[in-house]
Amino acid sequence: MEELVEKKVVDAGLDETIKKLTPQRIKEVVNRVLTRENAARLQVYLDTCVHCGLCAEACHTYLSRDNDPRFSPVGKVKETLWELVKRKGNVEPEFIRNMARIAFTECGVCRRCSMYCPFGIDIAYLLLVVRRICSLLGVVPQYLQDTTNSHAATSNQMWVNQDEWIDTLQWQEEEAQFELPSARIPLEKEGADVMYSVIAPEPKILAQLLANMAIIFKVAGEDWTMPATDGWDNSNMAMYSGDFEIMGRVEKLHWETAARLKVKKIVMGECGHAFRGAVYDGPRWLGWQFPPIPMVHAIEYYYDILSTGKIKIKEKYKEPITVQDPCNTVRGRGLGDKLRYIMNTICEDFRDMEPRFEHNYCCMAGGGTINCGPPWKRSRMVSNKVKAEQLKETGAHVVCTPCHNCHSGIEDIIGHYNLGLHVKFISELLIETMEIPEELKV
Amino acid sequence: MIDIENWDWEPGKKDIADLDKIRGQFGRVDEFTVSPDGEKFAAAGKLEDDTFTASVNGENWPDPVELLWYLRYIPDGRLIGLGRIDDQWTLLEDGKPWEERFEYLWNPKISANGKSIAAMYKRDNKYGIILNGKPWEQGFQAMRHYDISPDGEHTAATIQTEALKEADIFGFFEGVWSIAVDGKPWATKFVNTWSPAFNHDGKSVAAEARTDICDYTVAIDSVTWSGVYGCVWKPIFRPGTNSVVAPVREEGKWILAEDGKRIWENRFNQLWRVRFSPDGKRVAAIASPVFGRWTIAVDDKVWDVTFGDMVQEPVFSPDGGKVAALVKNDGKWSVAVDGLPWGEWFEMVWNPVFSPNGENVLAKAERDGKYLIVANGKLPAKSYDMLWDPVFSPDGQRILLRYVEDGKYHRQVVPAHEVFA
Repeated sequence: MEELVEKKVVDAGLDETIKKLTPQRIKEVVNRVLTRENAARLQVYLDTCVHCGLCAEACHTYLSRDNDPRFSPVGKVKETLWELVKRKGNVEPEFIRNMARIAFTECGVCRRCSMYCPFGIDIAYLLLVVRRICSLLGVVPQYLQDTTNSHAATSNQMWVNQDEWIDTLQWQEEEAQFELPSARIPLEKEGADVMYSVIAPEPKILAQLLANMAIIFKVAGEDWTMPATDGWDNSNMAMYSGDFEIMGRVEKLHWETAARLKVKKIVMGECGHAFRGAVYDGPRWLGWQFPPIPMVHAIEYYYDILSTGKIKIKEKYKEPITVQDPCNTVRGRGLGDKLRYIMNTICEDFRDMEPRFEHNYCCMAGGGTINCGPPWKRSRMVSNKVKAEQLKETGAHVVCTPCHNCHSGIEDIIGHYNLGLHVKFISELLIETMEIPEELKV
Repeated sequence: MIDIENWDWEPGKKDIADLDKIRGQFGRVDEFTVSPDGEKFAAAGKLEDDTFTASVNGENWPDPVELLWYLRYIPDGRLIGLGRIDDQWTLLEDGKPWEERFEYLWNPKISANGKSIAAMYKRDNKYGIILNGKPWEQGFQAMRHYDISPDGEHTAATIQTEALKEADIFGFFEGVWSIAVDGKPWATKFVNTWSPAFNHDGKSVAAEARTDICDYTVAIDSVTWSGVYGCVWKPIFRPGTNSVVAPVREEGKWILAEDGKRIWENRFNQLWRVRFSPDGKRVAAIASPVFGRWTIAVDDKVWDVTFGDMVQEPVFSPDGGKVAALVKNDGKWSVAVDGLPWGEWFEMVWNPVFSPNGENVLAKAERDGKYLIVANGKLPAKSYDMLWDPVFSPDGQRILLRYVEDGKYHRQVVPAHEVFA
């Protein structure tokens, strides 16, 4: 059992920044956000909530922390937004610090709680309003703010320089050709059917995933391309730090890059929050009701190429394996059935989780929480107790995570709780199991 | 366009290259590219010894390189590519490498007059711009966007002026980004700068500037507008002047400002991609008058028709009298001219091309996997396997078509009246 009484976490993004706050500045920002940016929707939610607390049982943070009501969704709103409204923004800097801790590190904005609210209130949205206030006040966990700064300066989340990006793609093309000589990563191919976009950890630390996709696209017979300019990163931590202007700027460039390359759709890699940013939050902030160019998540793409026979499985994966339903693509988009079709097609011994589909527990890594960095890791692990138990109960040896945040977050959980599991992306399973036609091997 | 008057404008068809022959010479052939006058057809190809060369009308550049990509014809007909030689990168012009070598070289751009070539480079862990083979004297910590002046004499880029320690959010907000012009940084630093753009004579540069978490403005030659906005998009100079125009966000709505003052009455849900007519008298931009709907605004007047998916940047006719744009609705693309969309919709459409007198519009389009030239919205009888943008002769009487049909690349000049019949 983890210790529930925790030491205060030191984070310069909170501790140092609140020293510059003045009562006047706090009030000004709070009133700006509450009355000018969010008036109608926010007011409806605040007026509708009857404080019943039914959302509590939905929250992995609450469940993992021995049902402590402070960690229930309604408890988090009570300690943040309700106080701001009640006190009309007349709060002290330390209140803002606590508010930031709650909104950024104790809620993954996974939206599971909305399903348990009798009125369907989007409680995660309320916590995002809190994050917006914190962002405008400059009070954001240091590592998350640094990620947003990277988005602002480089249009990707890991400070990847432009030459590093192109060089990595050329390197991974060569790597792919060791496995499949005819594989390519076509750069700047105007008029291709597909632009493939990824998140920055792929070129930075998981480059082999790019080679995997070169092989998968080749076998599937896809006409595809990747940009050799900024606009290739579909991730968006600015969405979660509350910097919507930078969020919009990143998404604008992503769509403009696809339009410049004249592609008919974007296929994106295995990431959940990036799907949310590119399909929902980003386009809407910019003024699009829907994405201007169809955006296909990797789950949908793999389902398509497997179900149409573009890729065939040579020999199924044998290890007992389970799958993580990412919040933003399964709860947010309903891709749970397609994900299971993929798992059952590729794997011999697929063991589902309980709860599953849209009721699955969040990994507590998405929503910007893992990007809050090392200072908050222990707290995140404490909030993951139910997730660890859920993983253990599957009896699987491997967990498939079609989301980068889930992948990293569950790796942390496995290490912290000594679960002895391994983590894999779908693309890694496909590379191990798919049939490569002989004519492509020359 | 360079020397367009001297191209072969006699009506007729030339067979230039056989694609199967080219493919037979290489283990791998990359994307094809076509010269502006249509006389040359090229692609990068991989030889048996794993080196790369360019095939031009079936003839190879004599000196292969370790890797060759980004093969493009530029307006004066030179074929350029980025090549790796002895593990160093350079730019090749018609097969001849520049003398300078770099750790990496990328993103070539051509000046508006077609005379100058620039590219970004990395050398000794510093970043700079090389212009016509001559690199900047000073390199910088990092670099993202750049522009080349219309006369091809100058370059400007967003630069990081000093290194930051890992996760130094405080140093970042003190401002370490600026603009360097010909390698010399501006005196002012910003939290961020984006999208530098030159004026007509290359003596001034404008850019988006961020001065605090949510404070945005426009900077010209390192001096910012006095106004601070919730957001800004790329500024541009009014042609022939030093006035700068940019979309800026005020109170949640977008307006058009010139030299810091609002110039349009309309306020928009979104406004970007500002473009001027060649004489600088008219200005147009992509606008979203209401959430989820997109159109073009010209001189503060909004087209009556709106589109749900996307609208691309406005294109003025040479005389400035008309405006065309690519529009997308319900998943299909078309062209709209002065607010009237063509009746035909396609899987993809390329930028509209006006005739010299502005009366006619052509566009390359894709339908059912084939490519066609659409003339004023009317479908042609023929379609092609590959197709490049059509080109009008200077008098507008002839049209150059560049296409692949039955495995062969052809150049064909046809009378304009036949295309618009």
